[in-house]
Amino acid sequence: MEDDAPVIYGLEFQARALTPQTAETDAIRFLVGTQSLRYDNQIHIIDFDDENNIINKNVLLHQVGEIWHISTSPADKGVLATCYNKTSDTKVMTCAAVWRMPKELESGSHESPDDSSSNTQTLELLCHLDNTAHGNMACVMWEPMGDGKKIISLADNNVLLWDLEESSAKAVLSSSAALEGKGQLKFTSGRWSPHHNCTQIATANDTTVRGWDIRSMRQIYCIENAHGQLVRDLDFNPNKQYYLASCGDDCKVKFWDTRNVTEPVKTLEEHSHWVWNVRYNHSHDQLILTGSSDSRVILSNMVSISSEPFGHMVDDDELSDQEDQHQEEKIKEPLQDSVIATYEEHEDSVYAVEWSSADPWLFASLSYDGRLVINRVPRALKYHILL
Amino acid sequence: RRPHGPLQRYYGPSTAEAAEAAPDPTDINGPHFDPEVFMTKVRNECPLGQLLAREAALGREIRALDSDMQTLLYENYNKFISATDTIRKMKVDFRHMEAEMDDLAANMAAISASSARVSAALQDRHRRGAQLAGVQALLRKLQALVEVPGRLRCWAGTEPARALRCHARARAVLRHYRHLPSFRAIEDESHAIMADLARRLRTRLRCEKLDPKELTECVEMLLQLEEPAEELSEEFLSQAGARLEAELAALEAELPAADPSGAATTPPPPASDILDFVDRGSSAFVGTLCQLAGSYRTLFGEDTGRLEPFAAALATRYFELLERRLALERGLGDTSLLVRALDRFHRRLRALLELLPAGADAAAAVVARAARERVDRYLRALQTFFLGCLGDVRQALAAPRPPGKEGPGLPDLLATLAASVLGQLKAVLAYVQLFTARDVAFASLPYFKGEFCVTAVREGLVVAFVRWLCRTARGFADGPAERGAPAAPPALLLLLARLCLDYENSTISYILTLTDEQFPPLDSGPAVTPGPALCAEARAAAQRLLDHYVQVQGAAVAQMLRKSVETRDWLGTVEPRNVRAVMKRVVEDITAIDVQVGQLFEEGVRRAQSSDSSRRAFSVYSSSRAPGRYAPSYTPSAPMDTHLLSNIQKLFSERIDIFSPVEFNKVSVLTGIIKISLKTLLECVRLRTLGRFGLQQVQVDGHYLQLYLWRFASDERVVQGLLDEVAASAAHRCLDPVPMEHSVVELICERG
Repeated sequence: MEDDAPVIYGLEFQARALTPQTAETDAIRFLVGTQSLRYDNQIHIIDFDDENNIINKNVLLHQVGEIWHISTSPADKGVLATCYNKTSDTKVMTCAAVWRMPKELESGSHESPDDSSSNTQTLELLCHLDNTAHGNMACVMWEPMGDGKKIISLADNNVLLWDLEESSAKAVLSSSAALEGKGQLKFTSGRWSPHHNCTQIATANDTTVRGWDIRSMRQIYCIENAHGQLVRDLDFNPNKQYYLASCGDDCKVKFWDTRNVTEPVKTLEEHSHWVWNVRYNHSHDQLILTGSSDSRVILSNMVSISSEPFGHMVDDDELSDQEDQHQEEKIKEPLQDSVIATYEEHEDSVYAVEWSSADPWLFASLSYDGRLVINRVPRALKYHILL
Repeated sequence: RRPHGPLQRYYGPSTAEAAEAAPDPTDINGPHFDPEVFMTKVRNECPLGQLLAREAALGREIRALDSDMQTLLYENYNKFISATDTIRKMKVDFRHMEAEMDDLAANMAAISASSARVSAALQDRHRRGAQLAGVQALLRKLQALVEVPGRLRCWAGTEPARALRCHARARAVLRHYRHLPSFRAIEDESHAIMADLARRLRTRLRCEKLDPKELTECVEMLLQLEEPAEELSEEFLSQAGARLEAELAALEAELPAADPSGAATTPPPPASDILDFVDRGSSAFVGTLCQLAGSYRTLFGEDTGRLEPFAAALATRYFELLERRLALERGLGDTSLLVRALDRFHRRLRALLELLPAGADAAAAVVARAARERVDRYLRALQTFFLGCLGDVRQALAAPRPPGKEGPGLPDLLATLAASVLGQLKAVLAYVQLFTARDVAFASLPYFKGEFCVTAVREGLVVAFVRWLCRTARGFADGPAERGAPAAPPALLLLLARLCLDYENSTISYILTLTDEQFPPLDSGPAVTPGPALCAEARAAAQRLLDHYVQVQGAAVAQMLRKSVETRDWLGTVEPRNVRAVMKRVVEDITAIDVQVGQLFEEGVRRAQSSDSSRRAFSVYSSSRAPGRYAPSYTPSAPMDTHLLSNIQKLFSERIDIFSPVEFNKVSVLTGIIKISLKTLLECVRLRTLGRFGLQQVQVDGHYLQLYLWRFASDERVVQGLLDEVAASAAHRCLDPVPMEHSVVELICERG
């Protein structure tokens, strides 16, 4: 059996929202939110059985509107947040809410797909993030590695920090900041840094990337004109606290050191259209995943700016002899940055790519036509990194 | 065998053939002719008529031969008779001669006897005469010796050279006869005089400023006075050194004082030009040095152990001075003047170099450095010139046009730019060629024959300039677009792309051929950058520029589209009555771009079009097709069908790369820009939620774009495909998807 072959799953609706189930560390599970204006929207819980290469799905109804963004709690497997469009005849409003999925689906049920499609279940609403005063919600971020009590949402030009109380039944706005400036400013995306005790976030609006300290709600750095055109997405290097990746409409992916923001550390120009998504691998930060509206997903190996520029370092205690280590280091040359693979299974724009939270060698990508593709890092590279 | 005939005739018949030919008895002229055989053969082979003819011919021949024989006989008979007469006459004459010879012998004997007698009689007197002459000579010599001191004393003051000559003549004799008291006295006296003279000469040598000729004379005389050569040579050199130092100092005085604080203060322009300087340097310093070195050699022989370091040190200082002077020649000045100066320097130095071979390398290095420096300066001047031209072009592009009056078109600007740059390059080459002109002496140095042509001119000037040009051009695409620095105007990008492309196509090879003609490289010379490598660089630069142009223009149009989609309220909009202004603007902009690109690039090929691609036929085509595309997406019961349909459609259409490299023609460039624009429209529409009229507006806009954009693209299917996707996405994003009647759409678009 070809182990590296991609696994493809098709949704009936168009979709943009994809997230791994962050709190789950054993099973490979992704959540996909659909976009349909005329039918009830759904959240598909995709379980991937790595050994048998089989996908199991469960479908939850999300009746309040089409889903633009989805994220899951890092602490509670059953809790997730969505940004959705509420449409009336004259107005479209993007709202956000926190939901709980039925208990039996939290850790995945292994029913056969046929059965599950017949009895769709509904999400239980925990609370709304009240945005009437703040504008359209662009995304919701959970505190990384936190207890699932703190979330930040970006609404138009506001950064809103919420505390979830009473077992998430109530969201209290604890602090907020607004981006002032000429013109209509609007956040497009944001990420919560896992470093510095989770006190920093980064946001993107237009061509600018900004860093915020959420204790004071003040801007701490600002990368003006980070991209020639709109910045679409950001991600923090999970292992190097000052490193940040951004991508945007100029088809580029840029890597920044937030201590010196005048020039990017590196720039990738592999895509032939806007890059919508960039993601660091959670464990091996040299692996960069990008998705673009040229319908391609590209996996790059940015060794030179990763936390392991000389390949995998063997821990000291694993080594019996110090001299061996010296010799080994001499032999290891700095590895070259390269594109590992370009995945062309999609036929429409890819708006979301995500690494699995359980298996660092596995990732999913979602294109607008509702096609979810699960791929693995090529084996040769995996062994090269590990050994 | 026939064709070999001439060859065989030349080399004589082969032996085989000779053997075969020899015994042919029927050859009437051959040596083996046998009449019997011949007759038999003739009788057997020939018909009667031929026999008769042959007989007549033979008769004629025989008669002719007979008459020839008789003529010969007569002629020879006459000659024989005259010869006999001559011999008889000779016999008579000889008898006469014998008698006269005997008489002659007797007379000669008598003459010799009388001569012997006369000489015996005269011998004695002759001996005495000779003796007397000897005594006379001796006496005269003695007289001269006695007179020596007096003469010496007389000449020593005024004509030391004559005194010396006199003394030299007398010295040997005096030394020989010094045991005779009288001679001894003379010798002593003359010695004293000469010592005095020597002393005087030495003082003169030491303290006076002598010109080289006097110096040489003086030292020469001292040498003749048998003063120690070692000491003299030292004195000579120190004296010469002082003189040369003075000349160097005079030269140095012309240079501005070496200012250690650096180039902060620019020295005032030197008073005299370089040619003048070199002229003076060579005539004064080099001339004197040559003269002195020559004298030294004649005076102290070929042992130049002392001279060489001395001369080398001075020459080095001279070179230093010259280099300092050359360094003053900043700016471009007059190259021919510089070349002439260097030439003179080199020529004058050649005489010196014969005496001082070690200096040759240093001198050649000075010349080579100066030449190299000049070439480098030309490169910089070329670069400045090019930047200046670019500045002019930018200005021309940016200059506000008075309404109704067109500014200079892009082709004109390009032609001006290319021509002036090429002209400047040619002019520079012509200047540099002065260095290798045939009448310039140093052009025959191996450096100028080989390395200068290749390393300095071809690589250092021409190749470096082309490379720099490509790099600079690329810089417009690579650098400023980042980080919001002032970007180059798109027209300039386009212009530079065309310029680089022209370079790749023809200019580079032309320039290189020109250079190789004017500066022929040696076969064994160092490796040169091949033309194709340069061409590739130029092409890469052109490609980069053109891609950048497409991106910049595409981004401009895309930005317009994005803003127009993002800022509009698509839900609450009213029924469309017009094409939105922004779409007209897009079409206008793209038409303007089309004109702009068309000025510089060829049309390019469109994909083969069906015959119905004319405008009217096209709208029919799209209308016949549109219902098929739209209909299923509006049937609410089948959400899957749309996917199926669009997926199937995608299966058969090629993947379109949006930001992909373009080809060097108008159609490709325009296609690139249109692709970027339409893809942006697609992505933006997908982010919005549309009402019924919103959808209809998109429909109208899409149709309008289709009407006007297809003719710019290389493949109208690309435009069609992207616009279809826009329409399909808009339908998906619509709450109430009721499309507009196609005829109405057409009507609105027709109306403009």
